[in-house]
Amino acid sequence: MWTWFHKLGSPPHLYRLAGKLAPWLLWIAIVLIAVGTYGGLVLAPPDYQQGDGFRIIYVHAPSAWMSMSIYTVMATASAIGLIWRMKLAFAVAAASAPVGASFTFLALVTGAIWGQPMWGTWWVWDARLTSELILLFVYFGYMGLRAAFSEVQKADRASAVLAIVGVVNLPIIHYSVVWWNTLHQVSTVTKLDNPSISMDMLWPLLVMIVGFNLFYIAILATRVRSEVLGRERNARWVGEALDDLLPENRVTA
Amino acid sequence: MAQAFLAVVRRDLRIAFRRLSDLASPLMFFAIVITLFPLAISPEPAVLREIGPGVLWVAALLATLLALNTLFRSDFDDGSLEQLALSAHPLPLLVFGKILAHWLISGVPLVLLSPLLALSYDLSSNALQVLTLALLIGTPTLSLLGSVGAALTAGVRQAGGLLALLVLPLMLPVLVFGARATTLAAAEQEPAGPLYLLAALAALAVTLGPFATAAAVRVSLE
Repeated sequence: MWTWFHKLGSPPHLYRLAGKLAPWLLWIAIVLIAVGTYGGLVLAPPDYQQGDGFRIIYVHAPSAWMSMSIYTVMATASAIGLIWRMKLAFAVAAASAPVGASFTFLALVTGAIWGQPMWGTWWVWDARLTSELILLFVYFGYMGLRAAFSEVQKADRASAVLAIVGVVNLPIIHYSVVWWNTLHQVSTVTKLDNPSISMDMLWPLLVMIVGFNLFYIAILATRVRSEVLGRERNARWVGEALDDLLPENRVTA
Repeated sequence: MAQAFLAVVRRDLRIAFRRLSDLASPLMFFAIVITLFPLAISPEPAVLREIGPGVLWVAALLATLLALNTLFRSDFDDGSLEQLALSAHPLPLLVFGKILAHWLISGVPLVLLSPLLALSYDLSSNALQVLTLALLIGTPTLSLLGSVGAALTAGVRQAGGLLALLVLPLMLPVLVFGARATTLAAAEQEPAGPLYLLAALAALAVTLGPFATAAAVRVSLE
């Protein structure tokens, strides 16, 4: 029963599996995102208060969602790596960080663009925006720590400790920011907190969320492949895999 | 086990007292940062009362960060950190001893100095008391959180900026609750709520922090 799990721990197996899955996932993700975009921008009715301005949530909400779930993936992979000494789990964590940081950045930028017409300013020290900004710094810290070590093994273990400390701290940081925010200013928007969103508006959002998730997994698969190649560069199977990719470079002895 | 713990604390205190200048520079930094704000913003007492609690807390955070550089660096360089990790006693306990000693020499002087500096911001005596109490509860948490970052970057050259990036987001809740307690006291309101939350954070940091720091030390020594 555990063989599939052990197989995942084998670099050549994962390399091939990720290579097979990545294009499929990417195509499904592209189709879903296209459907969600069409549904969100064209089919969904305009909001009675915000007009067409609300449509940016079709990018904003999935990005914000991904920014948090990718950190959870990173911390889980780091814990698996530290506990079971699974090197490939570290590769997954390392490959996830820049993707997560990008989604966080996207969520911040789309939030600012949405805030400009709605709040009349690009930036408000709103609880969610602020904790999203802190999350971006946490991602940068993770990536900065990795970059500080030249040895991959050391970078793996150090950044794993940081990711786990971060996952304990992030909820505390989030709630302290929420608490701070409610004391300092009245909540500007309750619209998005209101779960009563009509079906016409909801389904493109759900399609987008699924599409963003698949997109992340496809990018992750591709990035993990290149991580694995870099980490295993002295292994025999890497030479063979590269020979298959670039037959003209094959050294004929 | 208690003996090993006390031995680590005593050793670190003795080393610190033989290098008083290391001990003094974060405190001087704390005082200077606090002096900068009235010059940059306004010497108006009303303004100072408004910004005082926040400025004092931000300065305390930055001074703690500066002091963290000395926590593991020299022990890492001369190999005594490795000896601690090899000893038969549990590493989290020994690391906790180091953090305690570090807090005694960097955190406590900061707590003692803060009411004096807060006077220059025209804070009421009630606010001074709450500020001192809040710093007394909050600075151990700062040292414990910071020690994780300091242990992770012990082997990294020029780690100052990286350490700030790693540690400051984690310290944010302490800043929020600490500054809030002080602001409430300055406005003659009940500061107990944020003080309890600070104490909760301290309890969490004391129970989990040493284990995370010990894990980070082991990674740095590999």
